[in-house]
Amino acid sequence: MNISLILQMAADAEPERIGLVCDGRRWTYSALARAAQGAAKSISISGSSHVALLDENSEAAAIAFFGAAISGVPYVPLNYRLADEDLAGLLNRIAPAYIVGDVKRVERLCPKRAHAAWTRAGFVAEAEKLADMAPAVEETQQSIAVQLFTSGTTAAPKAAILRHPNLLSYILGTVEFGAASTQEAALVSVPPYHIAGIAALLSSIYAMRRILLLPAFDPEHWLALAAAERATNTFLVPTMLARIIARLDAGATADLSALKAIAYGGGPMPLELIDRALRLFPQTGFTNAYGLTETSSTIALLGPEEHRAAHDSGTPEARARLASVGRPLPTVEIEIRDEQGRRLPPGERGEIYVRGEQVSGEYRERSALDANGWFSTRDAGWLDAEGYLFLAGRADDVIVRGGENISPGEIEAVLLSHPAIADAAAVAVPSAEWGEAVAIAIVAKPNHVPPDDDELRALIKNRLRSSRVPERIAMLDALPYNEMGKLLRREVRNLFR
Amino acid sequence: MKPGTKLKSTVCDTEVMVIRGPHIVVECGGFPMSEERPAELKSINPGFAKGTRIGKRYVNAAGTLELLCVKTGQGSLSIGSVALQIKDAKPLPASD
Repeated sequence: MNISLILQMAADAEPERIGLVCDGRRWTYSALARAAQGAAKSISISGSSHVALLDENSEAAAIAFFGAAISGVPYVPLNYRLADEDLAGLLNRIAPAYIVGDVKRVERLCPKRAHAAWTRAGFVAEAEKLADMAPAVEETQQSIAVQLFTSGTTAAPKAAILRHPNLLSYILGTVEFGAASTQEAALVSVPPYHIAGIAALLSSIYAMRRILLLPAFDPEHWLALAAAERATNTFLVPTMLARIIARLDAGATADLSALKAIAYGGGPMPLELIDRALRLFPQTGFTNAYGLTETSSTIALLGPEEHRAAHDSGTPEARARLASVGRPLPTVEIEIRDEQGRRLPPGERGEIYVRGEQVSGEYRERSALDANGWFSTRDAGWLDAEGYLFLAGRADDVIVRGGENISPGEIEAVLLSHPAIADAAAVAVPSAEWGEAVAIAIVAKPNHVPPDDDELRALIKNRLRSSRVPERIAMLDALPYNEMGKLLRREVRNLFR
Repeated sequence: MKPGTKLKSTVCDTEVMVIRGPHIVVECGGFPMSEERPAELKSINPGFAKGTRIGKRYVNAAGTLELLCVKTGQGSLSIGSVALQIKDAKPLPASD
Protein backbone atom coordinates (compact mmCIF):
# COMPACT_ATOMS: atom_id res chain seq x y z
CA MET A 1 0.00 0.00 0.00
CA ASN A 2 1.19 3.47 -0.84
CA ILE A 3 -0.75 6.70 -0.34
CA SER A 4 0.63 8.05 -3.62
CA LEU A 5 -2.22 5.97 -5.08
CA ILE A 6 -4.58 8.79 -4.11
CA LEU A 7 -2.93 11.36 -6.35
CA GLN A 8 -2.33 8.80 -9.10
CA MET A 9 -6.04 7.87 -9.21
CA ALA A 10 -7.09 11.52 -9.48
CA ALA A 11 -4.51 12.05 -12.25
CA ASP A 12 -5.70 8.93 -14.10
CA ALA A 13 -9.39 9.83 -13.75
CA GLU A 14 -9.20 13.48 -14.83
CA PRO A 15 -5.64 14.51 -15.70
CA GLU A 16 -6.50 18.03 -16.83
CA ARG A 17 -8.77 18.96 -13.92
CA ILE A 18 -7.42 21.67 -11.59
CA GLY A 19 -6.47 20.05 -8.29
CA LEU A 20 -4.58 22.78 -6.47
CA VAL A 21 -4.41 26.57 -6.54
CA CYS A 22 -1.62 28.36 -4.71
CA ASP A 23 -0.24 31.89 -5.11
CA GLY A 24 -2.07 32.26 -8.42
CA ARG A 25 -0.65 29.10 -10.02
CA ARG A 26 -3.18 26.41 -10.96
CA TRP A 27 -1.99 22.80 -10.89
CA THR A 28 -3.78 19.99 -12.71
CA TYR A 29 -3.82 16.55 -11.09
CA SER A 30 -1.57 15.33 -13.86
CA ALA A 31 0.96 18.15 -13.32
CA LEU A 32 0.99 17.45 -9.58
CA ALA A 33 1.42 13.71 -10.09
CA ARG A 34 4.27 14.26 -12.55
CA ALA A 35 6.02 16.65 -10.17
CA ALA A 36 5.60 14.13 -7.34
CA GLN A 37 7.27 11.49 -9.51
CA GLY A 38 10.14 13.84 -10.27
CA ALA A 39 10.45 14.65 -6.58
CA ALA A 40 10.61 10.93 -5.81
CA LYS A 41 13.53 10.59 -8.22
CA SER A 42 15.34 13.55 -6.65
CA ILE A 43 14.75 12.15 -3.16
CA SER A 44 15.99 8.69 -4.17
CA ILE A 45 19.18 10.16 -5.65
CA SER A 46 19.88 12.04 -2.38
CA GLY A 47 19.85 8.89 -0.25
CA SER A 48 18.13 10.81 2.56
CA SER A 49 16.42 9.03 5.45
CA HIS A 50 13.63 11.62 5.79
CA VAL A 51 11.97 14.27 3.62
CA ALA A 52 11.30 17.40 5.64
CA LEU A 53 9.35 20.53 4.88
CA LEU A 54 10.43 23.71 6.64
CA ASP A 55 8.08 26.14 4.98
CA GLU A 56 4.61 27.59 4.83
CA ASN A 57 1.91 25.94 2.74
CA SER A 58 2.55 25.76 -0.99
CA GLU A 59 2.41 23.28 -3.83
CA ALA A 60 5.86 22.16 -2.63
CA ALA A 61 4.19 20.60 0.44
CA ALA A 62 1.96 18.39 -1.72
CA ILE A 63 4.77 17.53 -4.14
CA ALA A 64 7.23 16.70 -1.33
CA PHE A 65 4.61 14.65 0.53
CA PHE A 66 3.64 12.48 -2.45
CA GLY A 67 7.22 12.37 -3.74
CA ALA A 68 8.37 11.06 -0.37
CA ALA A 69 5.57 8.48 -0.44
CA ILE A 70 6.53 7.19 -3.91
CA SER A 71 10.17 6.86 -2.86
CA GLY A 72 9.24 5.14 0.41
CA VAL A 73 10.89 7.77 2.62
CA PRO A 74 9.01 9.25 5.63
CA TYR A 75 7.69 12.79 5.14
CA VAL A 76 8.35 15.07 8.12
CA PRO A 77 6.75 18.52 7.90
CA LEU A 78 8.39 20.68 10.56
CA ASN A 79 6.97 23.58 12.54
CA TYR A 80 8.84 26.58 11.16
CA ARG A 81 7.61 28.66 14.11
CA LEU A 82 9.76 26.69 16.56
CA ALA A 83 12.61 28.47 18.29
CA ASP A 84 16.08 27.76 16.83
CA GLU A 85 17.13 25.52 19.69
CA ASP A 86 14.02 23.32 19.46
CA LEU A 87 14.17 23.13 15.67
CA ALA A 88 17.87 22.24 15.70
CA GLY A 89 17.03 19.34 18.02
CA LEU A 90 14.42 18.01 15.60
CA LEU A 91 16.72 18.46 12.58
CA ASN A 92 19.34 16.32 14.34
CA ARG A 93 16.76 13.61 14.91
CA ILE A 94 15.99 13.26 11.17
CA ALA A 95 19.48 13.50 9.64
CA PRO A 96 20.34 13.00 6.86
CA ALA A 97 17.21 14.66 5.51
CA TYR A 98 16.05 16.08 2.19
CA ILE A 99 14.73 19.45 3.35
CA VAL A 100 12.51 21.79 1.36
CA GLY A 101 12.06 25.42 2.40
CA ASP A 102 14.21 27.65 4.56
CA VAL A 103 17.69 26.70 3.30
CA LYS A 104 19.44 29.54 5.13
CA ARG A 105 18.01 28.47 8.47
CA VAL A 106 19.00 24.84 7.90
CA GLU A 107 22.55 25.93 7.05
CA ARG A 108 22.72 28.16 10.11
CA LEU A 109 21.37 25.50 12.50
CA CYS A 110 23.25 22.56 10.94
CA PRO A 111 26.57 24.00 9.74
CA LYS A 112 28.03 20.51 9.21
CA ARG A 113 25.82 20.08 6.12
CA ALA A 114 24.21 16.86 7.27
CA HIS A 115 21.17 17.60 5.11
CA ALA A 116 20.31 18.18 1.45
CA ALA A 117 18.45 21.52 1.54
CA TRP A 118 16.34 22.95 -1.29
CA THR A 119 14.54 26.25 -1.65
CA ARG A 120 10.86 25.95 -2.47
CA ALA A 121 11.33 27.18 -6.04
CA GLY A 122 14.47 25.10 -6.58
CA PHE A 123 12.75 21.95 -5.38
CA VAL A 124 9.64 22.46 -7.54
CA ALA A 125 11.79 23.17 -10.63
CA GLU A 126 13.88 20.04 -9.99
CA ALA A 127 10.74 17.92 -9.45
CA GLU A 128 9.26 19.11 -12.74
CA LYS A 129 12.57 18.55 -14.55
CA LEU A 130 12.87 14.93 -13.37
CA ALA A 131 9.19 14.06 -13.93
CA ASP A 132 9.95 11.46 -16.61
CA MET A 133 12.53 9.66 -14.50
CA ALA A 134 10.15 8.42 -11.81
CA PRO A 135 11.31 5.42 -9.79
CA ALA A 136 8.88 2.53 -9.26
CA VAL A 137 6.43 3.13 -6.43
CA GLU A 138 7.82 1.67 -3.21
CA GLU A 139 5.14 -0.84 -2.19
CA THR A 140 6.40 -2.27 1.09
CA GLN A 141 3.40 -3.12 3.25
CA GLN A 142 4.20 -1.23 6.40
CA SER A 143 6.51 1.63 5.51
CA ILE A 144 6.19 5.00 7.26
CA ALA A 145 4.34 7.66 5.29
CA VAL A 146 4.47 10.55 7.73
CA GLN A 147 6.35 11.42 10.88
CA LEU A 148 4.93 14.32 12.86
CA PHE A 149 6.50 15.80 15.95
CA THR A 150 3.71 16.34 18.45
CA SER A 151 3.25 19.90 19.64
CA GLY A 152 4.70 19.10 23.04
CA THR A 153 2.20 21.08 25.10
CA THR A 154 2.88 18.79 28.06
CA ALA A 155 6.37 17.43 27.38
CA ALA A 156 9.18 17.28 24.79
CA PRO A 157 7.96 16.57 21.21
CA LYS A 158 7.34 12.92 20.42
CA ALA A 159 7.82 11.57 16.88
CA ALA A 160 4.43 10.14 15.99
CA ILE A 161 4.46 7.93 12.91
CA LEU A 162 1.68 7.13 10.48
CA ARG A 163 2.16 4.21 8.11
CA HIS A 164 0.73 4.04 4.61
CA PRO A 165 -2.09 1.64 5.61
CA ASN A 166 -3.16 3.98 8.49
CA LEU A 167 -3.63 6.99 6.22
CA LEU A 168 -5.06 5.01 3.32
CA SER A 169 -7.65 3.30 5.51
CA TYR A 170 -8.67 6.71 6.93
CA ILE A 171 -9.21 8.14 3.44
CA LEU A 172 -10.90 5.05 1.99
CA GLY A 173 -13.14 4.86 5.05
CA THR A 174 -14.28 8.49 5.01
CA VAL A 175 -14.08 9.85 1.44
CA GLU A 176 -15.80 8.71 -1.76
CA PHE A 177 -13.45 8.91 -4.74
CA GLY A 178 -14.24 11.78 -7.14
CA ALA A 179 -17.36 12.75 -5.19
CA ALA A 180 -16.79 16.50 -5.56
CA SER A 181 -18.19 18.46 -8.51
CA THR A 182 -15.91 20.80 -10.45
CA GLN A 183 -17.53 23.71 -8.55
CA GLU A 184 -16.19 22.50 -5.22
CA ALA A 185 -13.08 24.01 -3.69
CA ALA A 186 -11.61 23.49 -0.22
CA LEU A 187 -9.76 26.39 1.38
CA VAL A 188 -6.86 24.92 3.35
CA SER A 189 -5.24 27.25 5.86
CA VAL A 190 -4.03 24.86 8.55
CA PRO A 191 -0.23 24.61 8.68
CA PRO A 192 1.41 21.81 6.68
CA TYR A 193 3.03 20.35 9.82
CA HIS A 194 -0.33 19.63 11.45
CA ILE A 195 -2.20 16.34 10.88
CA ALA A 196 -5.16 18.39 9.64
CA GLY A 197 -2.92 19.79 6.89
CA ILE A 198 -1.91 16.27 5.80
CA ALA A 199 -5.49 15.00 5.97
CA ALA A 200 -6.77 17.99 3.97
CA LEU A 201 -4.41 17.21 1.09
CA LEU A 202 -5.37 13.54 1.01
CA SER A 203 -9.14 13.98 1.48
CA SER A 204 -9.49 16.79 -1.02
CA ILE A 205 -7.45 15.07 -3.72
CA TYR A 206 -9.31 11.76 -3.29
CA ALA A 207 -12.68 13.57 -3.42
CA MET A 208 -11.24 15.59 -6.34
CA ARG A 209 -12.18 18.77 -4.55
CA ARG A 210 -9.90 21.59 -5.74
CA ILE A 211 -7.51 22.72 -2.99
CA LEU A 212 -7.09 26.45 -2.40
CA LEU A 213 -3.89 26.66 -0.42
CA LEU A 214 -3.31 29.66 1.82
CA PRO A 215 0.43 29.99 2.65
CA ALA A 216 -0.34 30.83 6.29
CA PHE A 217 -3.54 31.71 8.08
CA ASP A 218 -4.53 35.36 8.20
CA PRO A 219 -8.21 36.34 8.44
CA GLU A 220 -7.91 39.08 5.79
CA HIS A 221 -6.21 36.76 3.28
CA TRP A 222 -8.58 33.95 4.14
CA LEU A 223 -11.63 36.09 3.35
CA ALA A 224 -10.10 37.38 0.12
CA LEU A 225 -9.19 33.89 -1.15
CA ALA A 226 -12.54 32.40 -0.11
CA ALA A 227 -14.39 35.10 -2.04
CA ALA A 228 -12.12 35.18 -5.11
CA GLU A 229 -12.06 31.41 -5.65
CA ARG A 230 -15.60 30.79 -4.34
CA ALA A 231 -14.50 28.31 -1.66
CA THR A 232 -17.22 25.77 -0.85
CA ASN A 233 -15.47 23.91 1.98
CA THR A 234 -12.96 24.70 4.66
CA PHE A 235 -11.42 23.37 7.86
CA LEU A 236 -10.69 25.80 10.68
CA VAL A 237 -9.45 25.57 14.22
CA PRO A 238 -11.75 27.52 16.56
CA THR A 239 -9.22 30.34 16.96
CA MET A 240 -9.22 30.88 13.19
CA LEU A 241 -13.02 30.96 13.07
CA ALA A 242 -13.06 33.50 15.90
CA ARG A 243 -10.57 35.72 14.04
CA ILE A 244 -12.55 35.53 10.79
CA ILE A 245 -15.76 36.49 12.61
CA ALA A 246 -13.93 39.32 14.38
CA ARG A 247 -12.85 40.68 10.98
CA LEU A 248 -16.42 40.51 9.69
CA ASP A 249 -17.62 42.24 12.87
CA ALA A 250 -15.03 44.95 12.29
CA GLY A 251 -16.56 45.69 8.91
CA ALA A 252 -14.65 43.45 6.49
CA THR A 253 -16.78 42.37 3.56
CA ALA A 254 -16.38 39.21 1.51
CA ASP A 255 -18.74 37.20 -0.66
CA LEU A 256 -18.92 33.88 1.17
CA SER A 257 -22.12 32.76 -0.56
CA ALA A 258 -20.44 29.65 -2.01
CA LEU A 259 -19.29 28.41 1.40
CA LYS A 260 -21.47 25.37 2.11
CA ALA A 261 -19.37 23.51 4.66
CA ILE A 262 -17.11 24.49 7.55
CA ALA A 263 -15.40 21.72 9.46
CA TYR A 264 -13.63 22.55 12.68
CA GLY A 265 -11.49 20.84 15.27
CA GLY A 266 -8.04 20.87 16.81
CA GLY A 267 -9.16 22.44 20.07
CA PRO A 268 -12.21 23.17 22.18
CA MET A 269 -14.93 25.22 20.45
CA PRO A 270 -16.51 27.77 22.80
CA LEU A 271 -20.31 27.42 22.73
CA GLU A 272 -20.83 31.16 22.20
CA LEU A 273 -18.57 31.01 19.14
CA ILE A 274 -20.31 28.08 17.41
CA ASP A 275 -23.71 29.61 18.24
CA ARG A 276 -22.59 32.87 16.69
CA ALA A 277 -21.19 31.13 13.61
CA LEU A 278 -24.40 29.14 13.08
CA ARG A 279 -26.37 32.41 13.11
CA LEU A 280 -23.86 34.25 10.91
CA PHE A 281 -23.72 31.50 8.26
CA PRO A 282 -27.25 30.09 8.17
CA GLN A 283 -26.74 28.28 4.87
CA THR A 284 -23.48 26.62 5.88
CA GLY A 285 -23.17 23.08 7.24
CA PHE A 286 -20.88 22.78 10.27
CA THR A 287 -18.98 19.63 11.13
CA ASN A 288 -17.03 19.14 14.33
CA ALA A 289 -14.17 16.73 13.80
CA TYR A 290 -12.30 15.16 16.71
CA GLY A 291 -9.06 13.39 16.08
CA LEU A 292 -5.41 13.18 16.98
CA THR A 293 -2.14 12.99 15.11
CA GLU A 294 -1.79 9.37 16.23
CA THR A 295 -5.19 8.45 14.76
CA SER A 296 -4.57 9.81 11.21
CA SER A 297 -6.94 12.72 11.92
CA THR A 298 -10.70 12.41 12.49
CA ILE A 299 -12.17 9.61 14.62
CA ALA A 300 -15.52 11.20 15.58
CA LEU A 301 -17.85 13.63 13.83
CA LEU A 302 -20.76 15.88 14.72
CA GLY A 303 -22.43 16.55 11.37
CA PRO A 304 -24.33 19.53 9.91
CA GLU A 305 -27.84 18.23 10.70
CA GLU A 306 -26.84 17.49 14.29
CA HIS A 307 -25.49 21.03 14.64
CA ARG A 308 -28.69 22.63 13.36
CA ALA A 309 -30.92 20.35 15.44
CA ALA A 310 -29.01 21.22 18.62
CA HIS A 311 -28.81 24.92 17.74
CA ASP A 312 -32.54 25.23 17.00
CA SER A 313 -33.66 23.17 19.97
CA GLY A 314 -35.20 24.78 23.04
CA THR A 315 -34.32 22.03 25.52
CA PRO A 316 -31.01 22.20 27.38
CA GLU A 317 -30.41 18.45 26.82
CA ALA A 318 -30.60 18.79 23.04
CA ARG A 319 -28.60 22.02 23.04
CA ALA A 320 -25.89 20.36 25.10
CA ARG A 321 -25.06 18.26 22.06
CA LEU A 322 -23.45 21.31 20.43
CA ALA A 323 -20.63 20.72 22.91
CA SER A 324 -20.21 17.12 21.71
CA VAL A 325 -17.62 16.01 19.16
CA GLY A 326 -20.21 13.62 17.73
CA ARG A 327 -20.21 9.92 17.13
CA PRO A 328 -17.31 7.63 16.16
CA LEU A 329 -16.67 7.02 12.46
CA PRO A 330 -18.20 3.73 11.27
CA THR A 331 -14.66 2.37 10.86
CA VAL A 332 -13.53 3.23 14.39
CA GLU A 333 -14.36 1.97 17.91
CA ILE A 334 -14.31 4.25 20.95
CA GLU A 335 -14.40 3.25 24.64
CA ILE A 336 -14.20 5.18 27.89
CA ARG A 337 -12.11 3.52 30.59
CA ASP A 338 -11.27 4.24 34.20
CA GLU A 339 -7.75 4.38 35.62
CA GLN A 340 -7.74 0.61 36.15
CA GLY A 341 -8.57 0.10 32.48
CA ARG A 342 -12.18 -0.96 33.11
CA ARG A 343 -14.74 0.03 30.52
CA LEU A 344 -17.13 2.68 31.84
CA PRO A 345 -20.86 2.97 31.07
CA PRO A 346 -22.41 6.02 29.33
CA GLY A 347 -22.36 9.21 31.37
CA GLU A 348 -19.21 8.34 33.32
CA ARG A 349 -16.05 10.29 32.73
CA GLY A 350 -12.78 8.52 32.02
CA GLU A 351 -10.05 8.26 29.44
CA ILE A 352 -10.89 7.92 25.74
CA TYR A 353 -9.57 4.78 24.02
CA VAL A 354 -9.78 4.22 20.27
CA ARG A 355 -9.18 1.32 17.91
CA GLY A 356 -9.22 1.01 14.11
CA GLU A 357 -6.99 0.55 11.08
CA GLN A 358 -6.35 4.29 10.82
CA VAL A 359 -5.08 4.39 14.41
CA SER A 360 -1.30 4.10 14.45
CA GLY A 361 -0.79 4.88 18.12
CA GLU A 362 2.87 4.60 17.37
CA TYR A 363 5.97 6.67 18.06
CA ARG A 364 9.50 6.23 16.73
CA GLU A 365 10.55 4.83 20.07
CA ARG A 366 7.57 2.58 20.85
CA SER A 367 4.01 1.61 20.06
CA ALA A 368 1.41 2.90 22.51
CA LEU A 369 -1.22 0.36 21.43
CA ASP A 370 -2.27 -2.24 24.00
CA ALA A 371 -2.32 -5.97 23.24
CA ASN A 372 -5.79 -5.69 21.67
CA GLY A 373 -4.91 -2.74 19.45
CA TRP A 374 -6.47 0.01 21.60
CA PHE A 375 -4.79 3.42 21.78
CA SER A 376 -5.10 5.49 24.92
CA THR A 377 -5.58 9.05 23.73
CA ARG A 378 -4.82 10.67 27.13
CA ASP A 379 -7.93 12.75 26.41
CA ALA A 380 -10.62 12.63 29.08
CA GLY A 381 -14.27 12.38 28.11
CA TRP A 382 -17.55 10.54 28.28
CA LEU A 383 -20.19 9.08 25.97
CA ASP A 384 -23.88 9.89 26.34
CA ALA A 385 -26.64 7.28 26.06
CA GLU A 386 -26.85 7.73 22.29
CA GLY A 387 -23.13 7.32 21.76
CA TYR A 388 -22.19 11.00 21.42
CA LEU A 389 -18.70 11.73 22.66
CA PHE A 390 -17.92 14.70 24.93
CA LEU A 391 -14.38 15.83 25.71
CA ALA A 392 -13.25 16.86 29.18
CA GLY A 393 -9.66 17.99 28.76
CA ARG A 394 -6.42 16.02 28.79
CA ALA A 395 -6.13 13.16 31.24
CA ASP A 396 -2.66 14.52 32.13
CA ASP A 397 -4.18 17.88 33.09
CA VAL A 398 -6.28 16.41 35.89
CA ILE A 399 -5.43 17.93 39.24
CA VAL A 400 -5.12 15.24 41.91
CA ARG A 401 -5.70 16.89 45.28
CA GLY A 402 -5.53 14.54 48.24
CA GLY A 403 -6.63 11.62 46.06
CA GLU A 404 -9.53 13.53 44.53
CA ASN A 405 -9.50 14.01 40.75
CA ILE A 406 -10.33 17.55 39.71
CA SER A 407 -10.92 18.47 36.09
CA PRO A 408 -9.51 21.89 35.17
CA GLY A 409 -12.48 22.32 32.85
CA GLU A 410 -15.07 22.50 35.63
CA ILE A 411 -13.17 25.26 37.41
CA GLU A 412 -12.51 27.15 34.18
CA ALA A 413 -16.20 27.01 33.22
CA VAL A 414 -17.19 28.61 36.53
CA LEU A 415 -14.51 31.31 36.19
CA LEU A 416 -15.62 32.11 32.62
CA SER A 417 -19.18 32.65 33.85
CA HIS A 418 -17.93 35.76 35.69
CA PRO A 419 -18.81 38.86 33.63
CA ALA A 420 -15.35 40.44 34.06
CA ILE A 421 -13.27 37.37 33.13
CA ALA A 422 -12.19 36.89 29.52
CA ASP A 423 -10.06 33.76 29.85
CA ALA A 424 -9.07 31.34 32.60
CA ALA A 425 -6.88 28.31 33.20
CA ALA A 426 -6.71 25.98 36.19
CA VAL A 427 -3.59 23.89 36.73
CA ALA A 428 -2.00 21.71 39.38
CA VAL A 429 0.67 23.11 41.68
CA PRO A 430 2.69 21.10 44.18
CA SER A 431 1.23 21.15 47.69
CA ALA A 432 2.94 19.82 50.78
CA GLU A 433 -0.40 19.05 52.37
CA TRP A 434 -2.39 17.63 49.42
CA GLY A 435 0.22 16.47 46.92
CA GLU A 436 -1.32 18.79 44.36
CA ALA A 437 -3.54 21.81 44.72
CA VAL A 438 -5.38 24.13 42.36
CA ALA A 439 -3.84 27.28 40.91
CA ILE A 440 -5.69 29.56 38.54
CA ALA A 441 -4.58 32.14 36.02
CA ILE A 442 -7.19 34.59 34.82
CA VAL A 443 -7.39 37.31 32.21
CA ALA A 444 -9.76 40.20 32.83
CA LYS A 445 -11.95 41.64 30.08
CA PRO A 446 -10.83 45.03 28.79
CA ASN A 447 -12.43 47.95 30.69
CA HIS A 448 -13.67 45.65 33.47
CA VAL A 449 -12.61 45.65 37.08
CA PRO A 450 -11.26 42.16 37.71
CA PRO A 451 -12.60 40.29 40.77
CA ASP A 452 -10.24 40.15 43.74
CA ASP A 453 -8.90 36.88 45.17
CA ASP A 454 -11.59 36.60 47.85
CA GLU A 455 -14.36 37.01 45.31
CA LEU A 456 -12.79 34.36 43.05
CA ARG A 457 -12.44 31.89 45.94
CA ALA A 458 -16.04 32.51 47.01
CA LEU A 459 -17.28 32.04 43.44
CA ILE A 460 -15.62 28.62 43.15
CA LYS A 461 -16.53 27.53 46.66
CA ASN A 462 -20.21 28.37 46.12
CA ARG A 463 -20.51 26.86 42.65
CA LEU A 464 -18.29 23.79 43.16
CA ARG A 465 -16.83 22.74 46.49
CA SER A 466 -14.01 23.72 48.80
CA SER A 467 -11.47 21.25 47.34
CA ARG A 468 -11.64 23.25 44.07
CA VAL A 469 -10.80 26.57 45.72
CA PRO A 470 -7.44 27.78 44.37
CA GLU A 471 -4.44 28.08 46.62
CA ARG A 472 -2.75 30.42 44.19
CA ILE A 473 -4.13 33.00 41.78
CA ALA A 474 -2.37 34.88 38.99
CA MET A 475 -3.74 37.76 36.95
CA LEU A 476 -2.37 37.81 33.38
CA ASP A 477 -2.70 39.95 30.27
CA ALA A 478 -3.15 36.83 28.15
CA LEU A 479 -2.85 33.05 28.53
CA PRO A 480 -0.13 31.27 26.53
CA TYR A 481 -1.48 29.48 23.44
CA ASN A 482 0.33 27.82 20.56
CA GLU A 483 -0.50 28.88 17.00
CA MET A 484 -3.17 26.17 16.72
CA GLY A 485 -5.05 27.65 19.65
CA LYS A 486 -3.95 25.00 22.17
CA LEU A 487 -3.46 26.27 25.70
CA LEU A 488 0.10 25.64 26.84
CA ARG A 489 -0.66 24.37 30.34
CA ARG A 490 2.98 23.58 30.96
CA GLU A 491 3.72 27.32 30.70
CA VAL A 492 0.82 28.19 32.97
CA ARG A 493 2.13 25.71 35.57
CA ASN A 494 5.59 27.29 35.29
CA LEU A 495 4.11 30.63 36.38
CA PHE A 496 3.51 29.18 39.81
CA ARG A 497 6.94 27.63 40.33
CA MET B 1 -5.77 -12.09 0.20
CA LYS B 2 -3.54 -9.55 1.82
CA PRO B 3 -5.13 -6.09 1.99
CA GLY B 4 -3.27 -3.78 -0.37
CA THR B 5 -2.54 -6.53 -2.92
CA LYS B 6 -2.99 -5.21 -6.44
CA LEU B 7 -4.59 -7.45 -9.04
CA LYS B 8 -4.27 -6.67 -12.73
CA SER B 9 -6.57 -7.65 -15.57
CA THR B 10 -5.21 -9.92 -18.30
CA VAL B 11 -7.62 -8.48 -20.89
CA CYS B 12 -7.61 -4.71 -20.25
CA ASP B 13 -6.11 -1.88 -18.14
CA THR B 14 -8.25 -2.66 -15.07
CA GLU B 15 -6.40 -2.81 -11.78
CA VAL B 16 -7.95 -3.39 -8.35
CA MET B 17 -6.60 -3.18 -4.81
CA VAL B 18 -7.76 -5.72 -2.26
CA ILE B 19 -9.48 -4.07 0.70
CA ARG B 20 -10.37 -7.44 2.19
CA GLY B 21 -11.21 -10.90 0.98
CA PRO B 22 -10.43 -14.62 1.16
CA HIS B 23 -7.97 -16.33 -1.18
CA ILE B 24 -10.18 -16.60 -4.21
CA VAL B 25 -9.73 -16.20 -7.97
CA VAL B 26 -11.01 -12.82 -9.15
CA GLU B 27 -11.72 -12.51 -12.86
CA CYS B 28 -11.82 -9.50 -15.13
CA GLY B 29 -13.26 -9.72 -18.64
CA GLY B 30 -13.79 -13.43 -18.06
CA PHE B 31 -10.16 -14.31 -17.20
CA PRO B 32 -8.33 -14.61 -13.87
CA MET B 33 -6.54 -11.46 -12.71
CA SER B 34 -2.91 -11.68 -11.66
CA GLU B 35 -0.39 -9.71 -9.60
CA GLU B 36 1.78 -9.25 -12.69
CA ARG B 37 0.52 -7.58 -15.82
CA PRO B 38 0.88 -10.04 -18.74
CA ALA B 39 3.12 -9.21 -21.68
CA GLU B 40 0.22 -9.63 -24.06
CA LEU B 41 -3.47 -9.05 -23.33
CA LYS B 42 -6.01 -11.81 -23.98
CA SER B 43 -9.23 -11.16 -25.90
CA ILE B 44 -12.02 -10.07 -23.61
CA ASN B 45 -14.99 -12.40 -23.07
CA PRO B 46 -17.94 -10.31 -24.40
CA GLY B 47 -20.11 -11.57 -21.54
CA PHE B 48 -17.83 -9.69 -19.09
CA ALA B 49 -17.22 -6.43 -20.94
CA LYS B 50 -19.27 -3.84 -19.08
CA GLY B 51 -16.17 -2.07 -17.82
CA THR B 52 -14.83 -1.05 -14.42
CA ARG B 53 -15.06 2.38 -12.80
CA ILE B 54 -12.17 4.00 -10.97
CA GLY B 55 -12.69 4.66 -7.27
CA LYS B 56 -15.64 2.28 -6.97
CA ARG B 57 -15.65 -0.59 -4.52
CA TYR B 58 -16.68 -3.97 -5.84
CA VAL B 59 -18.13 -6.61 -3.52
CA ASN B 60 -19.49 -10.12 -3.74
CA ALA B 61 -23.02 -10.94 -2.57
CA ALA B 62 -21.77 -12.45 0.69
CA GLY B 63 -19.86 -9.25 1.49
CA THR B 64 -16.67 -11.21 2.20
CA LEU B 65 -14.74 -9.68 -0.67
CA GLU B 66 -14.12 -5.97 -1.28
CA LEU B 67 -11.95 -4.57 -4.05
CA LEU B 68 -11.19 -0.95 -4.91
CA CYS B 69 -10.85 -0.22 -8.61
CA VAL B 70 -7.69 1.89 -8.99
CA LYS B 71 -7.46 1.77 -12.82
CA THR B 72 -10.37 1.44 -15.16
CA GLY B 73 -10.71 -0.86 -18.15
CA GLN B 74 -13.24 -2.53 -20.46
CA GLY B 75 -13.56 -5.82 -18.61
CA SER B 76 -16.01 -6.40 -15.78
CA LEU B 77 -15.20 -8.11 -12.50
CA SER B 78 -16.54 -11.50 -11.46
CA ILE B 79 -15.95 -14.52 -9.30
CA GLY B 80 -16.51 -17.50 -11.58
CA SER B 81 -19.44 -16.37 -13.67
CA VAL B 82 -21.03 -14.21 -10.96
CA ALA B 83 -20.51 -10.49 -11.50
CA LEU B 84 -19.27 -8.37 -8.57
CA GLN B 85 -21.48 -5.43 -7.61
CA ILE B 86 -20.60 -1.81 -6.86
CA LYS B 87 -20.89 -1.13 -3.15
CA ASP B 88 -23.12 1.78 -2.17
CA ALA B 89 -21.19 4.68 -0.69
CA LYS B 90 -22.34 6.00 2.66
CA PRO B 91 -21.23 9.61 2.47
CA LEU B 92 -19.78 11.30 5.55
CA PRO B 93 -19.52 15.07 5.79
CA ALA B 94 -16.08 16.38 4.81
CA SER B 95 -14.10 16.76 8.02
CA ASP B 96 -10.82 18.11 6.78
